[in-house]
Amino acid sequence: MENPEQLIRKGVHHDRLKEGTVKAVLGGLTWGVVLVALLIFGRICWDGAPAVLKSEFPFVDTDFLTAKTETLHVFDDAVGNRHSLPATEYHAWVEKEGSDAVFNEQTYSYSGGGIAGPIAGTALLTLLSIAMALFFGVAAAIYLSEYAKQGRFIGLVRLAILNLAGVPSIVFGLFGFAVFVLAAPVFTEAPSERSLLAIPLGFTWFSFQGWNSSLIAGAATLACMILPVIITASEESLKAVPQGFREASLAMGATRWQTIRKCVLPFALPGILTSSVLSLARAAGETAPIMFTVAVAAKDDLPWEGLSNPFGIFQTQVQALPYHIYTLAARIPSSEFTQRAQYGSVFVFLMMIFLFSALSIILRNRVRSKLKW
Amino acid sequence: MVTNPSNRVPAIAIENLRFNYGDKEVLHDVSLDIPDRQITAFIGPSGCGKSTLLRCFNRINDRIPSARITGGAIRVGGIDISRPDLDLQMLRRRVGMVFQKWNPFPKSIYDNVAYGLRIHGEKDSKVLDERVEHCLRVVALWDDVKDRLKSSAFGLSGGQQQRLCIARTIATRPDVILMDEPCSALDPLSTLKVEELLLELKKDYTIVIVTHNLAQASRCSDQTAFFYLGELIECGPTGQIFTRPSESRTEAYVSGSFG
Repeated sequence: MENPEQLIRKGVHHDRLKEGTVKAVLGGLTWGVVLVALLIFGRICWDGAPAVLKSEFPFVDTDFLTAKTETLHVFDDAVGNRHSLPATEYHAWVEKEGSDAVFNEQTYSYSGGGIAGPIAGTALLTLLSIAMALFFGVAAAIYLSEYAKQGRFIGLVRLAILNLAGVPSIVFGLFGFAVFVLAAPVFTEAPSERSLLAIPLGFTWFSFQGWNSSLIAGAATLACMILPVIITASEESLKAVPQGFREASLAMGATRWQTIRKCVLPFALPGILTSSVLSLARAAGETAPIMFTVAVAAKDDLPWEGLSNPFGIFQTQVQALPYHIYTLAARIPSSEFTQRAQYGSVFVFLMMIFLFSALSIILRNRVRSKLKW
Repeated sequence: MVTNPSNRVPAIAIENLRFNYGDKEVLHDVSLDIPDRQITAFIGPSGCGKSTLLRCFNRINDRIPSARITGGAIRVGGIDISRPDLDLQMLRRRVGMVFQKWNPFPKSIYDNVAYGLRIHGEKDSKVLDERVEHCLRVVALWDDVKDRLKSSAFGLSGGQQQRLCIARTIATRPDVILMDEPCSALDPLSTLKVEELLLELKKDYTIVIVTHNLAQASRCSDQTAFFYLGELIECGPTGQIFTRPSESRTEAYVSGSFG
């Protein structure tokens, strides 16, 4: 070898300086983002956790999760002690002590009690929407990947579905409002005045007058929003099932549908369900699609209370966590008395989403280790 | 035209078959009889169309959108299998298939063998039990797996899995079994077991086997067909093909000078 001393570096090397700078800038940016995220989550946890957690066993204060939302009354009593009571307790207190005993009263909307209504509403909305989306999504995925003749048209359909996943959620909200709230068909004895088209069936009317703002309209809107993701994920899961299974089944004289039902779907289902859990988190978290289609800021009853028949639940309006958080943040002034409700709601909501995501990751890992071929 | 070694009606008759993938013809004017209750081996270099021909017999090629028969006919038991009123499911019940890569379902050993019977509507668990035991005995797996019928088929070795696939295929009582390089991914010992099984199965089934293993063809087949570039070059009794072929290309191939 000639000139082996070239291998030894002389003086300060510019390349090395450059490398160091690039590393410092990239690292700084990354840690900056992490720090900001930690600050936000830290603040939410710090201020929100006390609404739900306590220092003694069993460490969870269930009141916040199980009580209905009420107006918070803050006042002094005759002795000068400051009280802050949710509406029902306040009225009981006034009943006992007399309204003369209340001084310097202030009220804060939505800030007393708990968030049972929004939790129940979000749970119902999410379950219903995921059920609808899975039904339509899996059906569409089966058609697209197992039945449809693969060509340019199906490619375009696929592209359209992918693009649909990127449509802003407020657009889905308006779509849901226009289609489900105002125009979806119902059977009714007397069509409403704003019915777009009413078809007489003799004993009843088939009227395109919409489902009004209701659980079913909101769930349908959310289902539309997550449908593209479900279809794409389901198709991926179906494609992951080896062709050999299909050929073996067909070669034994099974029909196409038998093959799909017994040899493809059972092995694709775990994958489909896993990716659906992530959609579940998205459906639970969106505000825009439910604003016009189902959500209300205040409701005295839980969704299933005060119904004349069990199916009435689909026609009720409900509170929902994301919309509740929006209400708390945008419609009432922040003060020391509202913080519990505000931060508490966000904390509970974050924990729910966190739980969904963790569940999806655990599920995915388990499925991956279990289904190998 | 190849003479039929036995005088029985051929199980499968191929008449001047032409077959295309898209615009490319991959089988040119192939005529061949597959005799009943015998083993017919298809040999030839890769891409010569032997697997394609095999996959025509149960019309599993229908799955490939560009694949189509452009001329001639295939008759199974005298019935043209491209006629529009053909019961495709029944054809595939009667003409079973074993694939190159063993492909048991990720189900239990029992459920794998019972699969075919179940999709054809058999619900009686006694019938299923008997049939599963019989099929597993035929493929000489019964003693190995009788205590773990409910455990996953994936726990078996490669050779055992392939024999399980054969058991699964014979469970529906086919007349013909098509085998697409069933031993190409197996070790010599497992291959030997499958070959022994073939000779056993010959009593009850017509077998067509595609193989790259010339020794295997000469060991277990009664009739051998040599394909080259989509043409059937020569077909005849196995002993004759391997010792006194009439075509020079056949001789070159079986002696190992190409392919």
